[in-house]
Amino acid sequence: MDLTVLITKAIIILVIFGITLLIATYSTYAERKVAGFLQDRLGPNRAGPWGLLQPIADAGKMFFKEDFIPAQASKWLFILGPCLAMLTALMSSAVIPFGDSIRFGQYEIPVQGIEINIGMLYIFGVVSLGVYGIMVGGWASNNKFSLLGAIRAASQNISYEIALGMSIIAILMMTGSLSVRAIVEQQAEVGFFGWGVFTQPLGFVIFLVCAFAECNRTPFDLPECETELVGGYHTEYSSMKLGFYLFAEYINMFVSSAVIASLYFGGYHYPFAAQAHEALTNALGANTGHNVATAIGTVLFFGKIFFFIFFFMWVRWTLPRFRYDQLMNLGWKSLIPLSILNVIVTGAGLLFNFNYATWAIVAVMVVLAVMSAAKAPKGAVAMQKA
Amino acid sequence: MNAAYVPSDYLPVFIQLILALGFIVTTMIVTHMVGPKRNSQKKDDPFECGIPVVGDARTPISIKYFLIAILFVLFDVEVIFMYPWAVNFKQLGVTGFLEMILFMGLLLSGFYYVIRKGVLKWE
Repeated sequence: MDLTVLITKAIIILVIFGITLLIATYSTYAERKVAGFLQDRLGPNRAGPWGLLQPIADAGKMFFKEDFIPAQASKWLFILGPCLAMLTALMSSAVIPFGDSIRFGQYEIPVQGIEINIGMLYIFGVVSLGVYGIMVGGWASNNKFSLLGAIRAASQNISYEIALGMSIIAILMMTGSLSVRAIVEQQAEVGFFGWGVFTQPLGFVIFLVCAFAECNRTPFDLPECETELVGGYHTEYSSMKLGFYLFAEYINMFVSSAVIASLYFGGYHYPFAAQAHEALTNALGANTGHNVATAIGTVLFFGKIFFFIFFFMWVRWTLPRFRYDQLMNLGWKSLIPLSILNVIVTGAGLLFNFNYATWAIVAVMVVLAVMSAAKAPKGAVAMQKA
Repeated sequence: MNAAYVPSDYLPVFIQLILALGFIVTTMIVTHMVGPKRNSQKKDDPFECGIPVVGDARTPISIKYFLIAILFVLFDVEVIFMYPWAVNFKQLGVTGFLEMILFMGLLLSGFYYVIRKGVLKWE
């Protein structure tokens, strides 16, 4: 690889790294503000204007807390746990394309850490390593609550990973490539109605639910449910080790929002992107126009990401937590069969050159839901509504 | 989009890895240095809501979790098998599709057996 290209790549990675950390930090602030809004209170508003310095104050506090290791814990594993969780979270943002490309001189560099043809496989692999961080930390604490939380986290994550992988397969069949950039560009080629959410509605819903479960977010936050398990797998943690676990959760949320946005919402593509690109290159010259068009795409991509981060928070403060058997039934008995059906119907549709075949399943499901609601006794429906 | 991929495309992964490791190691060292350290026998016990601790957490756990883990290995391997198939789906055509349906049918019959055996039944 050319040294200039490598240095530019390094700069892009550094910038993305910084943005990831910044967004994760301010997600904690946003979460508390959203919670405050949804519960009709103010949220943090003391540190700085509108409480904007709150995350920095929190991080500072975390550093100056006692770094406590219980006597019975396995010391090195106890330290390794949060480090692993943080490492996998930080590594996963590498292959996401944040924008088209920057042109300067004869170089054209994609706005992406690493452009490799195994992008989706890389994300899938790194995300599945995330469970080790929680499992190692929870087990090393040598605390019953932590152990229960860790086991729950492990079994939940691995259960939902299957459906997650299956829902991606339907997308891969349509694009024929594992590169996230290629997936985004194929959506851009068709235009607005080529976005994954229109061609793969069911896959999108499955992926979204599994992303919630993989991030251990409510309604899937059984590993750390404070009403049953004190703090779950991070009961014994304090100081920045606890900070790492919380931080990793927010980074995972950011990365899964980015993956959802690029797989199902066209990534950095937006309606009339080609026309805008042409107009800008005509007005500003080939290089500047192209760079401005890239910047617009990147900003819109971040808009999509922020929407999904907000969605994660919205759901957290709206829905109650699942019971454990409900969680397992949803994962194994609903999502896995549905995602297999999704793959088969997508395949059949592709053989007849029809990209919107999975809407048939959605239609059948809606009809079944309406029928079961109509057939249910009136009292049951009223109870569900209330 | 690249037309051809070469091994050096993976070099930036190491840049990211070094960056992430550097961040983590620095933070860990700093947080170990700056915080106070006060130990006592009661404080070093595992936290169990104030109740005196009985035994430790190295106890046997429910077999259900192990069954889930074994099932996961089976099904995740299946998912990984499907990745190359999915990428080459359009070239493989009808034959590949039917073969994969056969493969999935066999696996799903196993899945049905697992459900009927009550492995996924949680009380």
